[in-house]
Amino acid sequence: MDTTLLRIENLSKTFATVKANDNISLEVNKGEVVALLGENGAGKSTLVKSVFGLVKPDSGTITIKGEVIEAGDTAAAIRHGIGMVHQHFQLVPVMSVAENIILGDEPHKGAFISYAEARESVKELSDKFGLDIDPDAIVEDLPVGLQQRVEILKALRKNVDLLILDEPTAVLTPQEIEELLQVIRNLSSQGVGIIFITHKLREVLAVADRIVVLRNGKSVGTATPKESTESSLAQLMIGREVIFRLDKKEAKPGAVVLEIEDLYVKDDRKLMSVNGLSLSLHAGEILGVAGVEGNGQRELVEALTGMRPTVKGSFSILGEVATGKNPRAIHTMGVSHVPEDREKDGLIATLSIDENLVLNQYKNPPFAKGWIRNIAAVNSYAEKMIEKFDVRTPSGKYPINSLSGGNKQKVVIAREMSQDSKIIIASQPTRGIDIGSIEFIHNQLLASRDSGVAVLLVSAELDEILSISDRIAVMYGGKIVAILDPHDVDRTQIGRLMAGATQ
Amino acid sequence: MLNTIKSFNFKSWKFLLSVATFALWIYCYAANMDITNSVVASGMRFGMPLALASMVGIMCERSGVINIGIEGTMLLSGFTGFYVASYSKNIVIGLVIAILTGVLTSFVHAMMTIKWGMDQIIAGTIINILASGLTSFLYREGSTVPNTWPIFDIPILSKIPLLGASLFSQLGPIQLFGMFLIPGIWVMMNKTRWGLRTRSVGENPGAADTAGINVIRMRMTNVMIGGAIGGLVGGFICLELVGSFSKDFTAGTGFTALALMIFGRWNPLGAFAAAILFGLAQALATQLQIFGVNNVPNQFITILPYVFTILVLAFSAGKVRPPAAAGKPYEKEQS
Repeated sequence: MDTTLLRIENLSKTFATVKANDNISLEVNKGEVVALLGENGAGKSTLVKSVFGLVKPDSGTITIKGEVIEAGDTAAAIRHGIGMVHQHFQLVPVMSVAENIILGDEPHKGAFISYAEARESVKELSDKFGLDIDPDAIVEDLPVGLQQRVEILKALRKNVDLLILDEPTAVLTPQEIEELLQVIRNLSSQGVGIIFITHKLREVLAVADRIVVLRNGKSVGTATPKESTESSLAQLMIGREVIFRLDKKEAKPGAVVLEIEDLYVKDDRKLMSVNGLSLSLHAGEILGVAGVEGNGQRELVEALTGMRPTVKGSFSILGEVATGKNPRAIHTMGVSHVPEDREKDGLIATLSIDENLVLNQYKNPPFAKGWIRNIAAVNSYAEKMIEKFDVRTPSGKYPINSLSGGNKQKVVIAREMSQDSKIIIASQPTRGIDIGSIEFIHNQLLASRDSGVAVLLVSAELDEILSISDRIAVMYGGKIVAILDPHDVDRTQIGRLMAGATQ
Repeated sequence: MLNTIKSFNFKSWKFLLSVATFALWIYCYAANMDITNSVVASGMRFGMPLALASMVGIMCERSGVINIGIEGTMLLSGFTGFYVASYSKNIVIGLVIAILTGVLTSFVHAMMTIKWGMDQIIAGTIINILASGLTSFLYREGSTVPNTWPIFDIPILSKIPLLGASLFSQLGPIQLFGMFLIPGIWVMMNKTRWGLRTRSVGENPGAADTAGINVIRMRMTNVMIGGAIGGLVGGFICLELVGSFSKDFTAGTGFTALALMIFGRWNPLGAFAAAILFGLAQALATQLQIFGVNNVPNQFITILPYVFTILVLAFSAGKVRPPAAAGKPYEKEQS
């Protein structure tokens, strides 16, 4: 019996001048978990979008259960039993879980929706696949992990034979990732074929039956978890050897440069989210703030950079009280900020790379003389930065939006690290970017630290915290619950603290 | 039930209704029965075109298309409806033409915005300017509508004491139709498959697309249904309410309707309540003028309905949240 579920043959797709997919062939069997591994821009998303009909390939065929499916037709893909969980959730936030799940194929009596049946069918699905959820909850009130569950249920309801998961773990907490991997194992044991996109090697090794690596739009190799290691996969992925252990000198911490005392900050919903936090940061060290997202890290960073008002308490920079100052004033005091959301807070999408590189000093000489800007100085400065920080672009004149995520982040890093700062506050500096860029950014942070700059690194990636921090502060419920030494700590201990356990 | 009830803002529309009823109640005691009845009845007459016009906005925006061309749609369809009725000596044909004009106008708007991704505010402005210019240019004096519509009393409802005589009797056919159409739109929007899909397209077209819903078609259909209602309102004003066409007769009705739609939080019943409240305030102001309130300049009395409505709605509306995708053209291939 033929167990081949999906067969992609010689698929190619070009966007403008970029070959996103170049003659890719791939097979998925029934109940098999295939991990698609690759850097950002390697063509993983384009490939699966072609399978799901969201992108129309230029050439090549896609066959499912022996039938060729029409290119660029989502409805046809759904009809053939293909389901997809998108990287950016495709949910209607103001609607209920049940409404989101039934959308497009609503149980009905005449024109009217039968909500009783809808609820029933959601319950049935939850039970069958062990994905517990309240059908009446409003989606936007749910945590990210549960929203993703809604996405998965939505796909499963259509009786999928093939489920595509596009970077499903990028937004999840470690706990949620574990649950998701379990769900994937359950599904495959029920005969569902799964394509799982990620660039996190740990997950690939944990759950995949077969690993397909893409690079620059080409399929460059296939492996099984048994015969692979993290470094062998990384090498395939970026085409050269990656050193996971960073070349890290001993830190030489100096005086306290940032002193936070009993700080209280409210979040957007007016709830107290930083709850009496105290912390001090020394010159020449990297202090990693570990924690499950939503424990006040975002609000803490925004307060420290002047983007969010504080409620109570204070913080001082180089001995000077900085509470209540605006972002520019704090920047002038010597604080650089790599914001969590580079698209929203770090860059101006429609401006060029050049302009984005001088966003925080465009008004200072040599970039301006009084009211008059000196564009030539901006351009020549930008040229140097692009070279030094290895931003991959033909020219700095291009809009920042023409860059990939990793290169955008390099622009932010280049801007923030080329100043005479005393403190760098870096929030999720490597989120959603490829291994090569991550390695580069980590080295930059270490170089800054070696030159005596204090780095406050806030990250949801435990690996990142563990690999480059000199001290680790675990944040839970708006407070620092523990300060640990990365040399004598293990993941489970931090994991427990992050989840709120007492030491 | 589910979300539909939750998203329905009880606090706001209950408040609107209770204020309106309270004002009415006071009035019943203060003045005599006949005047009360006539004020309420004319409040309904003033309010109904506004309420229907705001349905046009709701139909469009809930599916993700901002339509500020309601004004122009009404103007054009009032114009064609009136003159066709006048020449053909048949108001039914006039009304049909008015509705078709509305559909056609909104089809133009839909093509510009949905198919070609043009800025929706500009598209609406084009329609408004076009309508105003065209109808003024082609306007000829002296035409009349041949006959009048029959008048209905709703069987049981018209016998309700106090309200029955003013709300449910002496209704023209379009006004009567409106009283069914508006709750009808609410039911369609919140209880049916079509409504769920419309809302999903207006909130997150990407989600709808991946669920196999044709976003473009859904939006086109909704905008054109909106256009039909817009045509109906134009016809309603020219053929039933006023009985004539005058230059720029809409006088901002389309824009007021958009404001009422927002005050009603994109909910047909909410917009209806807001429109009736506005109509009642207008009727009261007219009544004050008839009473001959002399010690206050006339202009102050004419602005009363606007001030009153702004105050009531400002205090009751609170923070509003439009459909998330309203105003954004949908493009399929984003990567």
